[in-house]
Amino acid sequence: MTEQQKIDRTAHRAKAIRRMFPHIMLWIGIVIILFPIYFIFSASSHTSAEIQAAPMPLNIGPHLIENYRQALFKGTQNMGTPVLTMLKNSLIMALGISVGKIVISLMAAFAIVFFKFPLRNFCFWSIFITLMLPVEVRIMPTYKVVADLGLLNTYAGLILPMIVSATAVFLFRQFFMSIPREIAEASQIDGATPMQFFRYILAPMTRTPIAAMFVIQFIYGWNQYLWPLLITTKPEFYTLLIGINRMMSGADVQIEWQIAMATTLLAMLPPVIVVVLMQKQFIAGMTETEK
Amino acid sequence: MSKQYEFKASILPYLLVLPQMVIVFVFFFWPAGQAVLQSFYLQDPFGGKMIFVGFQNYSKLLADPDYWQSFSVSTAFAVCITLGAMAISLFLAIQANKKIRFASFYKTMLIWPYAVSTLVAGVIWLFMFNPNVGVIAYVLKHTFHVDWQYLLNFNQAFLLLTLAATWKQLAYNFVFFLAGLQSVPATLIEAAEIDGAKSGTRFWKIIFPLLSPTTFYLLVMNLVYGFFETFPIVHSITQGAPGKSTAILVYKVWRDGVINLDLGSSAAQSVILMLLVIMLTVFQFRFIERRVTY
Repeated sequence: MTEQQKIDRTAHRAKAIRRMFPHIMLWIGIVIILFPIYFIFSASSHTSAEIQAAPMPLNIGPHLIENYRQALFKGTQNMGTPVLTMLKNSLIMALGISVGKIVISLMAAFAIVFFKFPLRNFCFWSIFITLMLPVEVRIMPTYKVVADLGLLNTYAGLILPMIVSATAVFLFRQFFMSIPREIAEASQIDGATPMQFFRYILAPMTRTPIAAMFVIQFIYGWNQYLWPLLITTKPEFYTLLIGINRMMSGADVQIEWQIAMATTLLAMLPPVIVVVLMQKQFIAGMTETEK
Repeated sequence: MSKQYEFKASILPYLLVLPQMVIVFVFFFWPAGQAVLQSFYLQDPFGGKMIFVGFQNYSKLLADPDYWQSFSVSTAFAVCITLGAMAISLFLAIQANKKIRFASFYKTMLIWPYAVSTLVAGVIWLFMFNPNVGVIAYVLKHTFHVDWQYLLNFNQAFLLLTLAATWKQLAYNFVFFLAGLQSVPATLIEAAEIDGAKSGTRFWKIIFPLLSPTTFYLLVMNLVYGFFETFPIVHSITQGAPGKSTAILVYKVWRDGVINLDLGSSAAQSVILMLLVIMLTVFQFRFIERRVTY
């Protein structure tokens, strides 16, 4: 081998390593993300005894279907609400929050952009300020308001305090402001009422931002934890996340890990499906609200 | 600017903003006002009489070493999550933004965990690191001979909480860094390459400065996440243990209000947290020059 060939070879190898580098790093990242999820999947396929006898086997065991059936229809010893019930509750809460936010934000943004009225600025800033008041910082008094209204253990109680969205109002407002006003004027000349303009012209034009908002707010709604923890005390109103917490409470030996982990996986599925199916809208929504 | 066309109607706009405004007032302003009011009173937990005590709830809080402990743990927690999650996500976003095969596969694989809730993240890490059944805990104990008892050891508890919270935040940061990187003009990078700038130089001198609005935005959002949105992780993994050492501020507000029924103190803590959020929000809008103007 000549000196030149050696140099060529080293250069070639360096180039190959450089080319592989991003792939290797990205795979490490993916493994870091997937590894923990594989653990819980594996756990959901074993018996309680196998898990308690640590270390649990890392293969996929034969009890997968049995465990998921128990989770879906029965629940655990210490938490008798089946996943199906909680799935329904989580779905109602997530859809209620996301659809509710979109509807009232569209209406508010429509009023703020297309109408001139004395309290316009006041309304806009009132909505803006809610950004600074997350649930976490007004826990007790909000709880009291909801209790006084008789909304503990109701879907309305789960949904209503969550459906104000400064983010959604901003996004729609921004989008509306980019629409040429001649369209609104033309619709008036053609004899349409403002509400007809809203319903038949504006809302269809806003389809893309609405889809983006839906993905983000559905995930937000689905993943609510502190608020349902406060106001749902009756098992028939538990959401999935609250159910998981209840399954995991108690001494380690009493926990039916396999069922709790099956429930955890099931709780992940709906929002993950939404993100994967609507990835484009999701990314657009995420990055556009920040402009 | 030409005059914008506006609809003429007197009642309709009010009807349109009404639902939003009702909810803002009933569930935001009223409770926030109540929190401020209540923070000046002592109230017995069973809804009995209220006694005005001025700033006593605050002074008691600020003299309480537990509160300061909670404050410093929360700060350390938020800072560790922010630095860890941002550095890892930026690195991965840079790799995924290169012109490589399977790039869109990699992107999807790194974006979907955004949908995983904070509680689920907590539960997953709790399961792996549970001293009795956790697989990683087993390896730590039997292979590395670590005395793994995070409920008794503050450093271990803090580490576990930070890992879980950071893991959960990676996808969020990844989405924004990727979008930020994609908006860096390719011609700029090519020009620098032709001028002989090495990849390190290209990153620090061109890409990183152009990315600074994204970085700054994420910095604020990650701090907010670390401070306010990590309640489910603490609630599922440590519940403040060992002792009260990992009871971060939002966890303490919840426990003092809901479990200990110390309403005055909980309200005072709420008010302090509100001030903190307001500071972070103002900070963000000030520096980012993305002011909301009307």
